[in-house]
Amino acid sequence: MRTDENEYIKDIFQLIKSLLNFCEYDLSIKRNEINLSCSSNDLTKVLLFLKDNPSLSMECLIDIAAVDFPENPYRFLLVYNLLSVSKNFRLKVKVKLSENESIPSINEIYTCAGWCEREIWDLFGIRFKDHPDLRRLLTDYDFIGHPLRKDFPLTGFTQVRYDNELSRVVSEPVKLDQEYRNFDNLSPWEGMGKYLPGDEKSDHKDD
Amino acid sequence: MTKRENYSLNFGPQHPAAHGVLRLVLELDGEVVERADPHIGLLHRGTEKLIENKTYIQALPYFDRLDYVSPMCQEHAYSLAVEKLLDIKVPIRGQYIRVLFSEITRILNHILNLTTFALDVGAMTPFLWLFEEREVLMEFYERVSGSRLHSAYFRPGGVHRDLPDGLLEDIESFCKRFPKQIDDLEKLLETNRIFRQRSVDVGKISYEEALNKGFSGPCLRASGVEWDLRRHQPYDCYSELDFKIPVGTNGDCFERFLVRVEEMRQSILIIEQCLKKIPNGISISNDPRIVPPKRNEMKSSMESLINHFKLFTEGFHVPPGETYTCVEAPKGEFGVYLVSDGSNRPYRCKIRAPGFSFLQATEFLSKGHMLSDLVAIIGSLDIVFGEIDR
Repeated sequence: MRTDENEYIKDIFQLIKSLLNFCEYDLSIKRNEINLSCSSNDLTKVLLFLKDNPSLSMECLIDIAAVDFPENPYRFLLVYNLLSVSKNFRLKVKVKLSENESIPSINEIYTCAGWCEREIWDLFGIRFKDHPDLRRLLTDYDFIGHPLRKDFPLTGFTQVRYDNELSRVVSEPVKLDQEYRNFDNLSPWEGMGKYLPGDEKSDHKDD
Repeated sequence: MTKRENYSLNFGPQHPAAHGVLRLVLELDGEVVERADPHIGLLHRGTEKLIENKTYIQALPYFDRLDYVSPMCQEHAYSLAVEKLLDIKVPIRGQYIRVLFSEITRILNHILNLTTFALDVGAMTPFLWLFEEREVLMEFYERVSGSRLHSAYFRPGGVHRDLPDGLLEDIESFCKRFPKQIDDLEKLLETNRIFRQRSVDVGKISYEEALNKGFSGPCLRASGVEWDLRRHQPYDCYSELDFKIPVGTNGDCFERFLVRVEEMRQSILIIEQCLKKIPNGISISNDPRIVPPKRNEMKSSMESLINHFKLFTEGFHVPPGETYTCVEAPKGEFGVYLVSDGSNRPYRCKIRAPGFSFLQATEFLSKGHMLSDLVAIIGSLDIVFGEIDR
């Protein structure tokens, strides 16, 4: 990572800190990426501000990602990934949500959020308030459940096949000929060091 | 007096012009599209869920299978994300090989898109001419990785193996020959009356709209935004290479075509620079925690053998953290949001596919156009369902 890039990101960091003063938030830099955490009630205000402020002008919503932490009191983390093309920097806005909480849709601010939110509703079961068209997006039309939640098994609950007698596709409970094998290879092993034990005398020229 | 009513038409899921398994529910007023509702997910394989259940190395080949016409660029994004979390450096030779193959991938992708787009609007010849060249490029893939499509060649830390003898010379002779093919393609289509009638002023999008709709890559540049991650947020050795960014003004199907043609020329220039500048040395990092030992080391050292076994069963552990890393894939910004909890498997891997936002904008782009223009719009957006449905 170049040093001038580091400086630039720090400048942006200070700029957001000085401009954003109407709500509570937490701002940090990690691995040269700026993160902003705020509450779900302030989300629309914060995003509108980031988009419309001429010195930030984050005109592009790249993606919305959701992460599931089943053990946490706030089960879901939503990450809004923003990009400013004119100012050339990225910012992640993070919002924590508990399991049955819903979050305002940002479809009005960024039009590309529509499908991202549909996808998250489909895969995680997070509801978006005032979304114009909250249908499932990626899974089948009559699918039940939210597959990217951590408590959804990898094999799923149903399987489909074409039934010759009924001449249509039927859905039935999953039947595996062999149990799904989950190899847990975790061990305290931390990998080999740079040099072999007892091999200190050899010359490692290609390092 | 007869009453006129709109009628609905089901376009796809199996339709040659849908470029995959796209189901479009159309509402037509005569032949004019009033509403287009894309139904996606017919190719949904749950890649993100599968990656959560695999080690970091095992997750890599899934990226080939997302956008299956530009596999290496996606491996690149994933490798960069893992490298960022692990905080390891890639040797210079490894960086050059990656950039070289990223650009070969870009040409591969653009050949497919441009020729099938021309095929959609009625020109068969470019398809026949350029698919032969595509085969040559896939042979380069095969020579470095052993497979023509799903290569799994870029790895965290560098590339799987160094280049075989004679490959660079063959790529060089390809670079000498190929610009003429691009000229032929351009000559055939740019002034062609039918091609222009089918694509000029069709599917226009302004740059504000394009940004708001999350466009990236050639589709954004055709609308007049000079934005290329290779230049503005460079990764690997792109900052040392010199190339131009083609930008359009009108943002219609024709300009998206022209931008891609010019991008192929620039890719050839980048490849030529890489061939000149590529240094000798190692092509993958020599950090034994991440990179498996060489075959001959394994034959003589027990420690290496254990290390190899452990790397391919347990895999390496990645320190807790998260990153969003993206590359300029041929279609646009391809990004990976990777969350690690310190174990040997990714906790969450969100894949950002450029085609997702393009397809979402289909309704906006096609409203008020004829049904046959919809085919041209889908063709010019460069949509592949592997990455959209994931």
